[in-house]
Amino acid sequence: MIAPIRIAAAQGFWGDWLEAPYRQVTGGPIDYLMMDYLAEVTMSILQKQKSRDPTLGYATDFVPAMERILPLLAERAFKVTANAGGVNPRACAQAVAQAARKLNLGRKLNIGVVTGDDLLDRLDELLASGHPLQNLDTGRPLSDVRDRVLAANAYLGAAPVVEALRRGADMVITGRVTDTALTLAPIMHAFDWRADAWDLLAAGTVAGHTIECGAQCSGGNCLVDWRRIPDLANVGYPIAEAFPDGSFEITKHPGTGGRITVAGITEQLVYEMGNPTTYITPDCIADFTTIRLRQAGKDRVRFSGISGRPATDKLKVSIAYFYGFKAVGTLVYAWPEAYQKAQAADRILRERLRQLGLQFDAIHTEFLGVDATHGRLARDAARRGDLAEVQLRVGVRAADRAPVERFTREIAPLILNGPPSVTGFAGGRPKPEEIVAYWPALVDARMVRPRVELVEA
Amino acid sequence: MKKRVRLLDLAHARSGDKGDTANVGLIALKPAYYPILVKHVTAARVARHFKGIIRGPVERFELPNLRALNFLLHGALDGGGTISLKTDAQGKVFSTALLRMEIQVSR
Repeated sequence: MIAPIRIAAAQGFWGDWLEAPYRQVTGGPIDYLMMDYLAEVTMSILQKQKSRDPTLGYATDFVPAMERILPLLAERAFKVTANAGGVNPRACAQAVAQAARKLNLGRKLNIGVVTGDDLLDRLDELLASGHPLQNLDTGRPLSDVRDRVLAANAYLGAAPVVEALRRGADMVITGRVTDTALTLAPIMHAFDWRADAWDLLAAGTVAGHTIECGAQCSGGNCLVDWRRIPDLANVGYPIAEAFPDGSFEITKHPGTGGRITVAGITEQLVYEMGNPTTYITPDCIADFTTIRLRQAGKDRVRFSGISGRPATDKLKVSIAYFYGFKAVGTLVYAWPEAYQKAQAADRILRERLRQLGLQFDAIHTEFLGVDATHGRLARDAARRGDLAEVQLRVGVRAADRAPVERFTREIAPLILNGPPSVTGFAGGRPKPEEIVAYWPALVDARMVRPRVELVEA
Repeated sequence: MKKRVRLLDLAHARSGDKGDTANVGLIALKPAYYPILVKHVTAARVARHFKGIIRGPVERFELPNLRALNFLLHGALDGGGTISLKTDAQGKVFSTALLRMEIQVSR
């Protein structure tokens, strides 16, 4: 029997646990370290950083994380796939190469760089040649917001990552490659799966979906029986052990905390799910209703039976555009009648905003401790209760900065000229924030040309 | 004989976002509970549960292999993503909001 390959997830988003990559590398044998850094809004933040400094525009956390594990990588020859490159994968690769040279690793490293996802400079060409890039949710053409676009990236699939591995990359740094492709690509490469083996590609995609959020499948954010999940302080991030027939098992290093069960894995499978029969990626369409799960041992769940269908001829494009401004202000009201005081403060604040004639697209009030998470479903219980405190949280948004700025000055006065028993304003005035909004679209796959290059370090 | 049961006692759940849509995956705690969920937790019933909280329709998908139902709650997130002013802009706790629902089941 051919041994499985072990792909260890070490980062579920940019901001995830800094210790995870090192622990995944040192906790036991692995073949690949897989790190997902890119959320929908991340690309626009990175684009902004790159416009200020052309050597930036990637997930900077990635470089120190690599510095810490590069000596082990050089010694034990596991490989890394990461979409840490953001909007500047070459600069990210250069930064890692520089760190590698400083460490004197004793052998050369090949860093594969995947680009071609960035469509920002090609938008007018695409629009002119009959690709309207309509918003998938609203149907509006991109021309509505064209002058405010900050980033535009097609989601690439596994193919360019496989190519980089085939050409000998020890580490593959990509821009906007799908989260799932970072797991699928190593499996395709290891077992020489064809790009039209739809059931196999669907299986690798499901493996990717399961571990792309890191510990969220190994005990983190797990509702079922949450009190008894052991040692989350030392939670083990997941490892996919993939077999050539498309079956795989999800497990974690021995001695780590957390828990891998069918119930917990199922929570992750339905996370961010649309139509479960039609999970669309650039690589295939996976059918989540065909997944068979079995508890195959302690902290080990086996997946089999997954089927897939051919990929579509479109790629999803993630476009970020400038929308306007928002700000959120908060105050805390204490017992007695905490909720009633917070409600009174909200009425006073809204009356003052009205008198000032400020125009907002939205004013949104929440009472934390009462209704912020479950709305009216929770409010009746809270009204009856004798709450110790309630946080008033008011947010506004507008196309212009001025009304949002003025709003931020109307919170603090309530401390002295509003309802009593108020505290919790130590943070000072809230700051207006720019809103960079997300515009999902589709583009013909043939209009996007992924590129692979190798950097030696 | 009918009895009121809270979904919290029959199922667990996880939720997330896609733009202005929240998804809630509802998973039976025991295999025997799945047909009860299929029968009682319809798209229409969930739409009533979230009335006034979401602005759009509710879709339901069945995953009998995982003993799970997936609900899409459209117009749930005040525009979603970075636009939203909600604490739960990414729909992370619509999961437990659904588990508050009570259904009438035969004893």
